[in-house]
Amino acid sequence: MTETNPLQKIRVLVAKPGLDGHDRGAKVIARALRDAGMEVIYTGLRQTPEMIAEAALQEDVDVVGLSILSGAHMALVPKVLELLRANGQGDVSVFLGGIIPDDDLPTLKTMGVAAVFGPGASTETVITTVREAAGRGA
Amino acid sequence: MFDPTPILSGDRRALARLLTQIENAAPSAVEALAALFPHTGRAHRVGITGPPGTGKSTLVNELAKVWRRNGRPVAIVAVDPSSPFTGGAILGDRIRMRDLAGDPGVFIRSMASRGSLGGLARATGDVVNALDAAGFDVVLIETVGAGQTEVEIARTAHTTVVVEAPGLGDDVQAIKAGLLEVADVFVVNKADQPGAENTVRALRTSLDLANPAARTWRGDAHHHLTLLPGFATPPPEGGAAHELGVGGEAWLPPIVQTVALQGAGAADVVAAIERHRDHLRASGELVRREREILTHELETRLRDALLAGLVARLGDGLVAAAVDKILAREIDPASAARQLVEKATV
Repeated sequence: MTETNPLQKIRVLVAKPGLDGHDRGAKVIARALRDAGMEVIYTGLRQTPEMIAEAALQEDVDVVGLSILSGAHMALVPKVLELLRANGQGDVSVFLGGIIPDDDLPTLKTMGVAAVFGPGASTETVITTVREAAGRGA
Repeated sequence: MFDPTPILSGDRRALARLLTQIENAAPSAVEALAALFPHTGRAHRVGITGPPGTGKSTLVNELAKVWRRNGRPVAIVAVDPSSPFTGGAILGDRIRMRDLAGDPGVFIRSMASRGSLGGLARATGDVVNALDAAGFDVVLIETVGAGQTEVEIARTAHTTVVVEAPGLGDDVQAIKAGLLEVADVFVVNKADQPGAENTVRALRTSLDLANPAARTWRGDAHHHLTLLPGFATPPPEGGAAHELGVGGEAWLPPIVQTVALQGAGAADVVAAIERHRDHLRASGELVRREREILTHELETRLRDALLAGLVARLGDGLVAAAVDKILAREIDPASAARQLVEKATV
């Protein structure tokens, strides 16, 4: 596929794994990516890693963004990454947003998380990073 | 060469990738669709349309569950609007379809309308064809929340379900002309809410006006959720409220009440849709509709191809010059078009 195809849109899955029930941050990011011209599939709260990987497969997304505020990221993220790889979607970039302690960042990067955005990250930064990652993955 | 085997044998990753290529109008998709076309024509294509917020996605979720209980593989194409300004979109229909997660007999694909009006995306028909070829018995097509004239779905689906809900305006403002005419099945969702009876009554009145003879054809309403039968003949034993009429009688759209959030009435909607499918088959209407759908598609493709060919032959310069002349009011658009066609065909 050519990268110049004007019809080709960056498709992003924005999902909230785990049990916390606060999705304002995820919605802000979804809206920002939409305004940047991307197609954002928003799946809502309380998604299991299996549901996220299945949606990523069916929707053939370029990028997956996970929002986690519960502190369960070290359990949920590796599971999502593993399922994506098992489905042949190892090339899909995974982003993380929410409350992620700095201490976990190196480990998450090693696992294959493309970027982590904490509170205060500008939407511009998120958009630029997602765009670059999608270009790389395409 | 495109190998259709993975798609035909249920490879979901291959299917998902093909759908992306179709949406992007990639050259590879043209080849794939040509190879898959002989395998299409088996799925029952069901359109779900209606104003925003009436519960279309929730209903789709419940309908899919009913078909899954009957062991039928179901594909869902859910269309949401693209921003006319940025081209971006938020596709949120999956939020209501979480019950279907983890079921290998279900495939859900969200589509952005990408500038198309009419409630569907340009590529929706091709996406449905791919899902049909992949072996899904039922393909549910959920449109963008539709106003009054987003009736493109009727040119894509075999059975069109129009979903209404109470409180959207007196006398069912939202569906008076366009949508009302394309409905094969009406659903009044949120039937537990105040005003549902009024919505049903308004719909029934509109239907009576559209079909003056309807009252005499109609059997009695039996089922508590099915107020208006699709056919005149009395219902068979027990549950189903109406049956196929004799000798290709006209289909009268039934009105089914549902509370989709609780799954109530979903089985009745599926029953009405399947009765409609049986009616289409028995009356010969299915062939007629297929013919109409394919004719429309051929026409669209011809128009696109002819336009592209015409512009290629004339060159961009001549077209731009014509636009300049029109802009200067030296010629009107219709005459300019005629001149350009003449120039291209000599």
